[in-house]
Amino acid sequence: MIPAAFEYHAPATLKEATALMRRFGDDAKVLAGGQSLIPMMKLRLADVPHLIDLRRVSGLAYIKEQDGGLAIGAMTTYHELEASSLVRRYAPFIVEAIDLIADVQVRNKGTIGGSAAHADPAADLPALLVALEARINTTGGARARHIAADRFFVDAYTTAMGPSEVISEITLPALPLRTGTSYRKFANKASHFAVVGAAAVVTLGADGLCERVRLGITGAGPKAARSKRAERYLEGKAPTQENFQTAARKAGHGIEFLEDIHGSAEYRRHLTSVFAARALAEAVQRVAD
Amino acid sequence: MAHTITLTVNGTGYTREVEPRLLLVHFLREVLELTGTHIGCDTSQCGACTVTMDGLAIKSCTAFAVQADGATIVTIEGMAKDGKLHPIQEAFHEEHGLQCGYCTPGMIMTLSQVLERNPDPTDEEIRHGIAGNICRCTGYENIVRSARDAARRLREEA
Repeated sequence: MIPAAFEYHAPATLKEATALMRRFGDDAKVLAGGQSLIPMMKLRLADVPHLIDLRRVSGLAYIKEQDGGLAIGAMTTYHELEASSLVRRYAPFIVEAIDLIADVQVRNKGTIGGSAAHADPAADLPALLVALEARINTTGGARARHIAADRFFVDAYTTAMGPSEVISEITLPALPLRTGTSYRKFANKASHFAVVGAAAVVTLGADGLCERVRLGITGAGPKAARSKRAERYLEGKAPTQENFQTAARKAGHGIEFLEDIHGSAEYRRHLTSVFAARALAEAVQRVAD
Repeated sequence: MAHTITLTVNGTGYTREVEPRLLLVHFLREVLELTGTHIGCDTSQCGACTVTMDGLAIKSCTAFAVQADGATIVTIEGMAKDGKLHPIQEAFHEEHGLQCGYCTPGMIMTLSQVLERNPDPTDEEIRHGIAGNICRCTGYENIVRSARDAARRLREEA
């Protein structure tokens, strides 16, 4: 399959890239790793008269410690993330989630910034970003912005970014001591995308109770989102299977469940509670490990 | 508007004019006439078109040739050296890691990456490593056996 003809731009700086975006408006699209955009262009689901490739922009691929958390450049690939000891030490579920994304070849090219900007409702990383309370840093708008992950994902393939904004960096805040993380998903067998994925970040207090709970769900509805009702239920309670199950049953609250050939809304609702319970239990288990 | 790209493929330098929408796999097969790289699904699922670009295994159906400007690419034709098969090719030959052979170039290019990162993988790790390469003949048993044998050959060579 061959995409429609387009003009290719490979600017050397983000400033040049955003100037091109302003110039071409809706006719422009930014290319990061291309693992979603290029297939969409080939299938002619995306019509991109002006493709702005960020591959020549230097200084956008890095992972560094910052304020006890991490700062990650937008063009950092999945492979660079899964191979990073900093990422593994910060939150092992990032490495585990990435290991379940597509395959070796896609992980060599796909980027964290591209995944966030594409906002595929079945992508894995958005669930982790909302559960970690990540910030998406953008440039190219009226001013640089730091957008909270749960406000960044607006709808399927839709983010809070304006037409000339581009992601420069994603920051992950420091996690409290005695925090465990887990990502569990029910994957589509062919694409490995999440039919439903649950990302849990749980902190136990000195009293052994669940002090802080963050639960991000992807795949179930049109966007990755936190399950605040489940979080609130579990906070202050004992980390028991029964409490995990009850919290997980609340995880679907507020989700407009998707319905497609991979699963009915009812099936996704069921998977959401099953995988939320597993992720919560595993996150708590890991505090002890 | 055509772009001029300069790149190295299997050790040989090329400069060509390409239209931006020309896919890397079509550039390799139709412009350079390196037809060892196959097109299977053409939707980034099957891995038959896998090549390495600057040391990274990628699906060449999901990259534009224009993005390869300045890159170093290795295709299946670049694996054998001086008429001697690459150890992964030898292993596929000895362990019968193919039936129709259509997926084989992609399997070998992906395994070159998988074995570089993990020289002594378990069967499970091999299967996970080639999850992006589909074979419809073998049931994978002989491919996994070939990968194991390839890993041994590469370790002995190192």
